[in-house]
Amino acid sequence: MRLLPKSREAILLTAIVALIVAIAVRFPAFAAPANLASALNDTAILIILALGQMTVILTRCIDLSVASNLALTGMIVAMLNTAYPGMPIPALMVVAVAIGAVLGSANGVLVWKLDIPPIVVTLGTLTIFRGLIFVLSDGQWINAHEMSVAFKALPRLQMLGLPLLTWVAIAIVAGFSVLVSLTPLGRAFFAVGGNPTAAVYAGIDVGRTRFYAYCLSGAVAGLSGYLWVSRYAIAYVDIAAGFELEVVAACVIGGISIAGGIGSVAGAVLGALFLGVVKNALPVIDVSPFWQLAISGAVIIVAVISNARAERKKGRVILKQAAVS
Amino acid sequence: MTFEARPDIPDRLTSRRADLLKSWQSLLLVVLVAVFAINSFASPYFLNVWNLSDATFNFTEKAIIALAMTLLIISGEIDLSVASIIALASTIMGFAAQVGVGTPGLVLVGLTVGLACGTFNGLLVTRLGLASIVVTIGSMSLFRGIAYIILGDGVYKGYPADFAWFGQGYVWWVFSFELVLLLLLAAVFAILLHRTSFGRTIFAIGNNPVGARFSGVRVERVKFLLFLGTGLMSGVAAILLTSRLGSTRPSIAFGWELEVVTMVVLGGVSILGGSGSIIGVVIAAVIIGLVTFGFGLLNVPGIVMSIFIGALLIAVIALPILYRRLRWRMGR
Repeated sequence: MRLLPKSREAILLTAIVALIVAIAVRFPAFAAPANLASALNDTAILIILALGQMTVILTRCIDLSVASNLALTGMIVAMLNTAYPGMPIPALMVVAVAIGAVLGSANGVLVWKLDIPPIVVTLGTLTIFRGLIFVLSDGQWINAHEMSVAFKALPRLQMLGLPLLTWVAIAIVAGFSVLVSLTPLGRAFFAVGGNPTAAVYAGIDVGRTRFYAYCLSGAVAGLSGYLWVSRYAIAYVDIAAGFELEVVAACVIGGISIAGGIGSVAGAVLGALFLGVVKNALPVIDVSPFWQLAISGAVIIVAVISNARAERKKGRVILKQAAVS
Repeated sequence: MTFEARPDIPDRLTSRRADLLKSWQSLLLVVLVAVFAINSFASPYFLNVWNLSDATFNFTEKAIIALAMTLLIISGEIDLSVASIIALASTIMGFAAQVGVGTPGLVLVGLTVGLACGTFNGLLVTRLGLASIVVTIGSMSLFRGIAYIILGDGVYKGYPADFAWFGQGYVWWVFSFELVLLLLLAAVFAILLHRTSFGRTIFAIGNNPVGARFSGVRVERVKFLLFLGTGLMSGVAAILLTSRLGSTRPSIAFGWELEVVTMVVLGGVSILGGSGSIIGVVIAAVIIGLVTFGFGLLNVPGIVMSIFIGALLIAVIALPILYRRLRWRMGR
């Protein structure tokens, strides 16, 4: 059972390496460590969000509101920073995580307590959060010169040759690896998505587990809100619009089954990295950035097809029939 | 065996849901009247036939897609790529107009692109057995992405003069072509869903796909046809919208999939499949259109309206659930 996901990650890793090598043959500068490090840094936020999304998808749900959550939290944090420039940045990051978690918990409560289909809930909150940014900011932009120096400097801080943004992503990858493989909650995500009925018999509260998944997804979206706004040094209504699709795409490419219960941290990270490498490679090989949307769409569809193949081989259908009889 | 649709047989075995559906439609009508009344008090410009006629343009194109989406959602699937189909169809129509294709040709191009996109989604979902939500999230990026590849940050203008009639023309007095077409299509879809055996199979599939298959319904074929339907109606909407705007950018109709799904759900269609009606969806479309128009008259910005639409989408699904729970508790 564990063989297939592993081989899938190996395939993805090979694809990423092959892609880098193929481009490096013609443009050696692309494979330079500094360039790869910057590509990794560009992908850091996508990796963070993909991990949060992964826990939600594992429980058979989906969170389409992450990009709006990111933008709303980013706007609140930026406004706080302009109003109270003296506020220490770590405190601001805690606030960002807390706001994100609260927004995520709204999704979680609606899914848990009211049994509303996750897609409807998060499509709704996607627009509500985005609209709230407009209400809060009155449509105004918060520009670089309005933010404090410390606010903008944090993600660029160099540590051991890598910017802090990359280190945050690495820390979160480590945190999720521990959470998913070593904690009861992490195992519950798989149990709930793999077979909700069996999970109930095993003493797992399905609704509560989904609620926690949404809180987690919201919390990392909130953190990403601060990281995004400070990195690009701008906050306005439309930041990261449509980014939720890229996040879902990273998960699907990483082999996380939309039907729940199947996936891994490594898959989500590699899925995000694949998209990141493609995004960074396009300008190098002189392809218009307008190709990116179509490419990620095509990759999603290819990934969905291959996911379905992999799941079918696993014999889910047999299990289902056994449950019926 | 022919299977005649009878209105006295509920769509679901539990009659309570059917009752709720009926009361849902009457509730929608009450809301519609209320929206109408509030709007006419709030703005002196609302009660004017020409203004009201203008207001219909807020929802006609989306409602036409919502008709086909209703059937698809009742069958238990969803198509999130409809807005991107509009973008792709509109872009290719713009390209065709650029090389000198005339109005009938442009209409044909729009419909063909819509059908082709619907075929693509339908084949992936029915032949490969993939989840429609992920497939159409993928094709949503793919279709709009192709539009971006073709057009980039450019714009297509210069459609033939007579092409403008579809989106701007009037059939009679204040009745625009778009509104008349919507009403005609609504009648066609209502008959198809509520009065034909094909319509009954859609409900059957949505309620129990396995049971439907064992009853001899060709589930895959029906679902494929329904994806063709949303594709084709998106093509129709692309023609109307392009004709009304007179120009095409790849960002055209961005985010419409959400509004279309909101219309369908507000119209009382179960997002889980198996129940719903065309008339409910049409009333819901009119309500959303009039609310948007009323807000517009009061100078409320569009993004604030989107908060309202998002909240409406959640509330509309949450309220019946809360209501059912309340009744269950009171009944004990």
